[in-house]
Amino acid sequence: MKIKIAKCVRVAAGAVALATASMAHAWEPARTVEFVVPAGTGGGADQMARVIQGIIAKNNLMKQSMVVVNKGGGAGAEGFLDLKSAKGDPHKIIITLSNLFTTPLATGVPFNWRDLTPVKMMALDQFILWVNAAKPYKSAKEYIDDAKKSPGKFKMAGTGSKQEDQIITVAIESKTGAKFIYIPFKGGGDVAVQLVGNHVESTVNNPIEAVAQWRAGKLRPLCVFDPKRIPYKNKVTDTMSWSDIPTCKEGGLDVDYLMLRGIFMAGGVTPDQVQYYVDLLRKVQATPDWKDFMEKGAFNATSLEGKEYADWVAREEARHIGLMKAANFIAK
Amino acid sequence: MEEIQSLMQGFAIALSFKNLLLMFTGVILGVIIGVLPGLGGANGVAILLPLTFSMAQTPGGTTSAIILLSCIYWGALFGGAITSILFNIPGEPWSVATTFDGYPLAQNGRAGEALTAAFTSSFVGALVAVVVITFLSPVVAKFALEFGPPEFFSVYLLTFCAFVGMSKEPPFKTLASMMLGFALAAVGTDPVTGTLRLTFGSTHLLVGFDFLVAVIGLFGIGEILLTLEEGLAFKGTSARINLRVVLDTWRELPKYWATSIRSSVVGCFMGIVPGGATPASFMSYGVARRFSKDGEQFGTGKLEGVIAPETAAHAAGTSALLPMLTLGVPGSPTAAVLLGGLLIWGLQPGPLLFIEQKEFVWGLIASMYLGNIAGLIVVLTCVPLFAAILRIPFAVIAPVIMVICAIGAYTVHNSMFDVWMMVVFGIAGYVFKKLGYPLAPLVLAIVLGDRAEASFRQAMLVSQGDMTIFFSNALVGSLTGLAMFLLVWPLLSLLIARMRGD
Repeated sequence: MKIKIAKCVRVAAGAVALATASMAHAWEPARTVEFVVPAGTGGGADQMARVIQGIIAKNNLMKQSMVVVNKGGGAGAEGFLDLKSAKGDPHKIIITLSNLFTTPLATGVPFNWRDLTPVKMMALDQFILWVNAAKPYKSAKEYIDDAKKSPGKFKMAGTGSKQEDQIITVAIESKTGAKFIYIPFKGGGDVAVQLVGNHVESTVNNPIEAVAQWRAGKLRPLCVFDPKRIPYKNKVTDTMSWSDIPTCKEGGLDVDYLMLRGIFMAGGVTPDQVQYYVDLLRKVQATPDWKDFMEKGAFNATSLEGKEYADWVAREEARHIGLMKAANFIAK
Repeated sequence: MEEIQSLMQGFAIALSFKNLLLMFTGVILGVIIGVLPGLGGANGVAILLPLTFSMAQTPGGTTSAIILLSCIYWGALFGGAITSILFNIPGEPWSVATTFDGYPLAQNGRAGEALTAAFTSSFVGALVAVVVITFLSPVVAKFALEFGPPEFFSVYLLTFCAFVGMSKEPPFKTLASMMLGFALAAVGTDPVTGTLRLTFGSTHLLVGFDFLVAVIGLFGIGEILLTLEEGLAFKGTSARINLRVVLDTWRELPKYWATSIRSSVVGCFMGIVPGGATPASFMSYGVARRFSKDGEQFGTGKLEGVIAPETAAHAAGTSALLPMLTLGVPGSPTAAVLLGGLLIWGLQPGPLLFIEQKEFVWGLIASMYLGNIAGLIVVLTCVPLFAAILRIPFAVIAPVIMVICAIGAYTVHNSMFDVWMMVVFGIAGYVFKKLGYPLAPLVLAIVLGDRAEASFRQAMLVSQGDMTIFFSNALVGSLTGLAMFLLVWPLLSLLIARMRGD
């Protein structure tokens, strides 16, 4: 009985919220919204999409429901092509990772971010240089110096091929002159375990992929590939917080890389439709659940909208073309 | 024993009325998901994941949430066997091997026995795996860390080798079928260079050939085409449809204790590694055939041929949760979704989970015991119902199966192209059967081909092209050695027989 009453109250509260919400909008979804994830289940993009979906459902932020659909085939090309062909459809949104730039460049699939409509940057994902805690390296410099002594012997594990992990690896190589063997794996969790099992020398895992092993004392972070330190000061291990990890630049390794976690719609949608999702996602970001998620994953909580966001994406695209050209990753 | 005490506390948490209700709900949903081809356990869990968010906010709610989701998983593991046995359509990849003997059994009018054997051995496999998780988790978690690329490849090699020679068809037909499977598995994205291959410029082929589309076509549609030719009727309509069949089959099962033990070991090993339930079921079937007294009759409807893959698949499916909890590495696609769930609920899978979230972990482990009992009760009471489906006239059920197959194929990528591919695979399946080419090696190669390729090429990157890496330490060396031994075993036994005869 108790549950029933609680449910009724929740439904009623939801109805009120919806009534106010619908008054504020010039447009709102008329049917279920499809949230496309251009990657497999369980990865970083998938997790964020499901958190957003969960927050929207829990707080009744949208009248229609939202379903998350994974279209990760062809390094995400499946999902991007799906949005490209859905021109003018306001009931589809997509969350992107760096494969927004890298996949069309590396595979030659006919797709560009300009085929989509930028909605909002939700956050940027960090990359950290990790080594096994049993190894003596205490700083990025020590590690790179040792790697330089035996070129072509040190193995770097990463997620996917010609994507962010390998781009960072190549950037480290070109900045320092060290030579790694890059070994692509399917998911970030696999990568972290390969490092714990000492099958490889280092990784550039996202914080959330390696934090459990760090806290258990199996892995050691050497530096973060962000120009600024991670702001979160709560202790993660007994002695360290995220903000205690030095930036790679401080450690003498001048490489920085952050990954876009942003939302796009299909091309050819109206400004009212875009504004609806911008408002919706702003409400998501205002919830304590979202703030909690940001801290747990040690995200860089930068968030952009509108022209600023589009300009950022354009700059980032140019940067990726440069990086991929230098690494010889562009499909002929 | 500290484990037993913790486990008892776990039972206390899992045995609340609410959690028991969630358990049965989860299992029933899971069975339905397992029965429908295309809607796999991973999809089912992913669809229901958002429902658990508000559930996880209440005290003790994360345990309830994982109980619901993991019970869907158990249900799907049980349910996959049903369509494999009745219609030769595997609802889940790990039930392909169940069709080899399960379907012939059903055709001989023994559907009830096959189903009972499948469900009971699933339960046994899961039980063994849960006991392993309960008492050996720290040791086992360390073992999984030993696995790098060469070790993974040797496990896949072992699966292929355990399988080669098991089909009754000429070895060259088996090889031809397997090679075709490898070729199909190679379509899509190259796992090491990241470039597209064999897509011929088509954006449909970018995602490669999904295993489910191939299986639904080859087995499901192919079978219906054959039945059309043979006179529009199901064989096996004489299946007994009362609950006595359950008890009768149970009386027979203890005879196969050795097969059960071997399959449980194979299953637990593959789940922990984590190789997954699908290779476990194939490997276990191959091994059972090798060691069985009537190995020659496998494929004609032997109960052992149902027990082996089902035990191993369920043992692997269950033990796959261990690397997920202790290492954060999912042993199966469904475990990957559960892992995402844990992170969203604010739990951090990893070495510290067993210390920091004791209540959650032991609640989950206790629910594995209870959830599987719940699952067994649900599916066993339905055995007569499932067997009775075969009494529906073919003219009614065949169109229904065709529609379900088409929906299943469509669901995989929400694309009509897959439905056409299913039809093409269906015709190919029919032709294969007519020409006496075995389908199983083709399916095995599609499922494991790309994973075996990725591990092999990763290992080659590590060793810079040196093949001796597959014998570089005791673990990988013995796995590769065992694979080679299984491969030449038919030749060896022939040789021994010759020498004895002389």
